[in-house]
Amino acid sequence: MITRLSAAEISQQLKSKQVSAVEVTTEFLNRIESQDSHYGAFLAVDREKALAEAEAAQASIDAGTAGPLTGVPVAVKDNISTLGIETTCASKILKGYIPPYDATVVRQLKEAGAVILGKTNLDEFAMGSSTETSAYKLSHNPWDLTRTPGGSSGGSAAAVAAELAPLALGSDTGGSIRLPASFCGLVGFKPTYGRSSRYGLVAFASSLDQIGPLAKTVEDAALLASATSGHCDLDATSIKAPAISTEKLKSGTLKGLKLAFPKEMFGEGTDPEVRKATEAALDALRKEGATVDEISIPTIPLGVTTYYIIAPAEASSNLGRFDGVRYGFRSEGQGHIDVVAKSRALGFGHEVKSRIMIGTYALSAGYYDAFYIKAQQVRAQMTQQFLDAFADYDFVVSPTAPVTAFQLGELSQDPMAMKLLDYCTIPANMGGMPAISVPIGFANNLPVGIHLMAAPMRDEELLAASFAVESLFQVEPKRPNIA
Amino acid sequence: MSISLDEVRHVAKLARLDLDETEVMSLQSELNALLGHFADIQSFDFQGQPAKMHAASMTNVWAEDEVRPSFKRDVAIKNAPVSKAGLFLVPMIIED
Repeated sequence: MITRLSAAEISQQLKSKQVSAVEVTTEFLNRIESQDSHYGAFLAVDREKALAEAEAAQASIDAGTAGPLTGVPVAVKDNISTLGIETTCASKILKGYIPPYDATVVRQLKEAGAVILGKTNLDEFAMGSSTETSAYKLSHNPWDLTRTPGGSSGGSAAAVAAELAPLALGSDTGGSIRLPASFCGLVGFKPTYGRSSRYGLVAFASSLDQIGPLAKTVEDAALLASATSGHCDLDATSIKAPAISTEKLKSGTLKGLKLAFPKEMFGEGTDPEVRKATEAALDALRKEGATVDEISIPTIPLGVTTYYIIAPAEASSNLGRFDGVRYGFRSEGQGHIDVVAKSRALGFGHEVKSRIMIGTYALSAGYYDAFYIKAQQVRAQMTQQFLDAFADYDFVVSPTAPVTAFQLGELSQDPMAMKLLDYCTIPANMGGMPAISVPIGFANNLPVGIHLMAAPMRDEELLAASFAVESLFQVEPKRPNIA
Repeated sequence: MSISLDEVRHVAKLARLDLDETEVMSLQSELNALLGHFADIQSFDFQGQPAKMHAASMTNVWAEDEVRPSFKRDVAIKNAPVSKAGLFLVPMIIED
């Protein structure tokens, strides 16, 4: 079954002509059609476009010009602009919006010969950790359909875990790639801030947002990250550096690796089973010749609060563009301001309005210094403390999330508990550091991941180490019990 | 530290959100819950600590001031909820 294979395996079969690109894409499209009603992973699928791209990919394979992703299907989170395919950010305010251009990462995927399968569900404007704030549908965790796949890239995670796509792009502002990866038994990678272009990613918190892959294996994640990175002059924060290289991916070794475990990463909400699994993983790494030292990074417990000032502040400004004039939903009203205020009130869901309110408040006169500046000072201090750790250690390790996948509905009435899920992942966004979640096994009979962070621009080293970590934990079962 | 209903209404006005009273009430309690946590960082003393506004490593980026290809008018306006004669149509802003 093609749909069970990794992207690298599919690529091999395409190159050796065991299967054609059209056959591969057709298998995934058919599976989406027959199975996605169980998972709610996709918001839009464009069969015709996908098959046309697959045909073009086959021509390139036949011509001998194929790259590693030629003919490989990829699902794209619905906050990433796709020319001619509806892009809603899972919000009613963008219902029917059809972008007139491709995001840079989508252009790069097309140039690499990948096939865009469709657009995946997310928390509205990527604001959430369970994909429950989507205005359109719930997504379900393939390991247990009563549970969330995590968020905000929950549709992307569900799609890959349910074998509806071999690869998916997500976006990560405080953990939105890595948390769903951990919940769904996948690899989720957030590159260094600025290595993947944000051009065409609908902005949530621009100083934190970064696009990255969700995949079944570290190799697949590296292939997708490599194809969607590199300098882009349409994004002023894009780093002038080559695309992420996969050359040394398989040369990583655990022996001699210096790892730091900040003791603050076991916060008060840590599930004892997650703690046990993490400690067992750290012991296994030690047995392979890595050193794991416990260190202290005192600002970690301030991360969530800091994030909930900075991210909404940026969002309140970024989402100002949704005014019902140039695109999106427009309400009736008396005069311009009334039309704008009514369009926004009716078009945005509750969580989005809540964050716009928090951000507007934190930036308003009299509170700017008390909240926003203070939060940015914590951010500076936190980043420095991590950089200090990276002077002595190769990587910082922790659990990816304090818990395993929870029941749908379990936390939706408890906004603070939901926000604490990003406790371990937020620091990487604050400092722009690359970070990854790699499956290490199960806790509570659900997948659990370990989180590795590196100093900025050490994406290649992080991926190589993750490759070695992945081979150490031969996680069984590899796939959920799905049709 | 807490936020009153009138302050919630004022912030909603600044944010151009026409909230109904049920939403004003629920947002008041959500904001107050968060404000309780915001106190965590206010108690920390970061005197003299620079504020970091961004995760980007660069300081400034310049681009040549040059004309690049852009959308044709009909493409740019295609998603507009209301348009007329190739223009975005908005309600009257200045009364005559």
